[in-house]
Amino acid sequence: MTTPAILPERGLADRLTALFWRHPRLLLAVLLTPPLLWLGVVYLGSLAALLLQSFYSIDEFSGMVKEEFTLKTYAELFRAQNLDIILRTLLMSAAVTLGCALIAFPIAYYAARFARGKWKAVFYLGVMLPLWSSYLVKVYAWKLILAKEGIITWAAEGVGLSMILNAILAIPGIGGNSLSTSPLGTFIVFVYVWLPYMILPMQASLERVPTSMLEASADLGASRAQTFRTVILPLAMPGVIAGSIFTFSLTMGDYIIPQIVGTSARFIGLAVYQLQGTAGNIPLAAAFAVVPIVIMLVYLTIAKRKGAFDAL
Amino acid sequence: MTAAVEFQRVSRHFGPASAPVKAVDGVDLTIAEGSFFAMLGPSGSGKTTCLRLISGFEKPTGGTIRIFGQDVSDIPPNRRNVNTVFQDYALFPHMNVRDNVGYGLMVKGVDRRTREARAEEMLSLVKLDGYGDRKPAQLSGGQRQRVALARALVNEPKVLLLDEPLGALDLKLREAMQDELKTLQARLGITFVFVTHDQGEALSMADSLAVFNEGRIAQIGTPAEVYSRPRTRFVADFVGSSNVLPPEVTRAFGGPAKWSSLRPEMLRLTAPDGVALSGTVTGLRYLGAGSRVTVALNGTEVAAQLPAGQPVPEQGATVGLAFDPAALHVMEGEG
Amino acid sequence: MHSDRASLGLRIAAIGGLLFLHLPILLIFLYAFTTEDKSYQFPPPGLTTQWFGVAWNRPDIWPPLYLSLWVATIATFLAMILGTLVSAAMARTSFFGREQISLLIILPIALPGVITGMSLRSAFSIMDIPFSTWTIILGHATFCIVIVYNNAVARFRRLSGGILEASADLGANAFQTFRYVLLPNLGTALLAGGMLAFALSFDEVIVTTFTAGQQSTLPIWMLQELVRPRQRPVTNVVAIVVFTATFVPILIAYYLTRGGSETAGAGK
Repeated sequence: MTTPAILPERGLADRLTALFWRHPRLLLAVLLTPPLLWLGVVYLGSLAALLLQSFYSIDEFSGMVKEEFTLKTYAELFRAQNLDIILRTLLMSAAVTLGCALIAFPIAYYAARFARGKWKAVFYLGVMLPLWSSYLVKVYAWKLILAKEGIITWAAEGVGLSMILNAILAIPGIGGNSLSTSPLGTFIVFVYVWLPYMILPMQASLERVPTSMLEASADLGASRAQTFRTVILPLAMPGVIAGSIFTFSLTMGDYIIPQIVGTSARFIGLAVYQLQGTAGNIPLAAAFAVVPIVIMLVYLTIAKRKGAFDAL
Repeated sequence: MTAAVEFQRVSRHFGPASAPVKAVDGVDLTIAEGSFFAMLGPSGSGKTTCLRLISGFEKPTGGTIRIFGQDVSDIPPNRRNVNTVFQDYALFPHMNVRDNVGYGLMVKGVDRRTREARAEEMLSLVKLDGYGDRKPAQLSGGQRQRVALARALVNEPKVLLLDEPLGALDLKLREAMQDELKTLQARLGITFVFVTHDQGEALSMADSLAVFNEGRIAQIGTPAEVYSRPRTRFVADFVGSSNVLPPEVTRAFGGPAKWSSLRPEMLRLTAPDGVALSGTVTGLRYLGAGSRVTVALNGTEVAAQLPAGQPVPEQGATVGLAFDPAALHVMEGEG
Repeated sequence: MHSDRASLGLRIAAIGGLLFLHLPILLIFLYAFTTEDKSYQFPPPGLTTQWFGVAWNRPDIWPPLYLSLWVATIATFLAMILGTLVSAAMARTSFFGREQISLLIILPIALPGVITGMSLRSAFSIMDIPFSTWTIILGHATFCIVIVYNNAVARFRRLSGGILEASADLGANAFQTFRYVLLPNLGTALLAGGMLAFALSFDEVIVTTFTAGQQSTLPIWMLQELVRPRQRPVTNVVAIVVFTATFVPILIAYYLTRGGSETAGAGK
């Protein structure tokens, strides 16, 4: 045969192919440069801008941003009303995390351990679709439900439980004029919207508990409750923590749900939103925005130590 | 005649220059045109890396590689007239069998009618006539392997590389494929380079083979040479099931103080009295075509292969050993 | 656990939980047909389809709708290119900085939206960039990259690694391999990623309010209506539109990637 051992180059495409083969890092660079450039400049650059802004301050008289480095803006965070906002947000985030964990557990547990065949798909879609469906529509739906003249009041009246409803609404700190203007309402909506974020990692880590381990536990004489406490719960913990990362972080930053369902009390996200808008105090808004970042970094470090990242 | 493939002091190092991982370390190799060449060795010995150096998916860090006399150091895989049958077959899942097989022709710009005809020819060659419309997912492991073979042959490459192609097949299928590959190669006359960790496979199929150990070639030769006259202890251990005797035992057997190998079928059992070497029977295995008797002596164990029909001693009996001194093959070293 | 059947209580709790997740949306649909437009009275006093017509004729709904569609399309397009490029780089070889890049890609969606929004706002303020459609697209494309990336990388991992090598071995140059082998096998995953990115962008409001200036996307319009409602059932009609515009792509994405272990959406 007279065919050569080396075939000839057929044009630019071949030359480029040879170039990338000889210098594989070149190909890597070509692939990575546009996206990294974008993310670096747009995203990291913005985060840097945020940090930078938080070290600027507002001139009280002119209302203009004074572009000099100062810690004055951070100091403002410690004013009573601002501290109040931060604490309120932390409290709500913790409550929401707890609420989500409690409601998600049966769903995640059932889906991980007992759902088979088509039920597995049902549970999968059943959690995935609400996760991805419109955030605003979900919040809106709850505004309808919790409204004074809405379905909950109607149902409570129908079953004769309106006294209990009103009693709950009368509790200070939680209740309000109606469910849709009470912290309780805000709490309910938060739990609803973030629930899928808690279910998924929980389910993932529960799925990793081998049935044989549960059987071994029963075999060794543990009651169901004991098996739950000593085997299932600890193994599910990384999933719970992973889910809590989402619920905590999302609640801390949210400014829409408190606006639509709740009192006029402010949360961090709302404070940021209002400060950068009509109030025109961008440095303080930036400072407020840095707070959740710091809290989440601390939280994430603790979570990583507890192995939560394997469940993500 | 130009060698099909030639390696001159080829190395492939990974990692930092101060502490490199030497996957291939100064290998010299010549593969004759038209031969069926096997590269044998345990995993991590460098044989697959050498195969990939030929096809171009690895680049050498030192040395020269020539294919039919041409230096291919600077040539990417798609321009080498060399094709590979991959270990996991790597069939294109989204194409049917005919398009898979015709792929090499398609990327060269051959028109549809010609390449479909050629594809059918190839499928005939590997005894898969009529399978053209199926998708890889619908095929069994053995069928996929044949498609991979047909696909690699459609370009009429100068060298065909096979990366442990029979590993995933069950025993009967594997043996059938071994015969088919040999027949195919003889018929086509293409140089086959075959990587395997199965020494039985290498011995039965290859015209010549190279035994790899830790990035170097321990021995190259015909199967008979490698089997009966292994150069080193490693080769003796890896290829066949010869008795490998450490230096002290070699001395006891009448040879120099070096590693030696002695084929089990060269050992005869005799009555223990008056014989220079004797020991206790520690193991008996019935093999159908004979028996394997393990005898302990001088702090080591040797195996003797008795043909069927010969009387087999009892476990624990004392027996004498006899052999033709020429069968004691002294080796060069350990590695 | 002695038996493999869940207790009745557990089953009720699980299914109840699922229902809890889905029922509220159904109410929105119901309220789009109510005759009462000043409150959220339940049960609705009457049912009518007039609000669909009213919504169609309201002049203040169409511009936000067009803007949302436009932004979602461009952002998805950008995210698909950038996401595919980076997933191709990350899918195989390990290289210096790989884990850090992985973190960088996921950060826009991992940090709360208010932070992304506020960061962009700060950047615009420091660099004196005025608000425009492009500032909106900038934000959207950034967090949509990870959506496309997740789907693409998952598919890359599922590809038998050899097929790209096999293609080159048989004589195809890089572009032919891309066109004949990579793209067909990656295609549905990319499409799914694009669908999800579109849905995410269309629905996005948290970051958008920070980057939109005076303009309104459809979610921003909805937000304004929620805070200061006019004709409530019309808002419900729009809600149905928004819901459908996000729901349909997600369903498509699910079906596109259902075969494998990397079903779309698992990585939000």
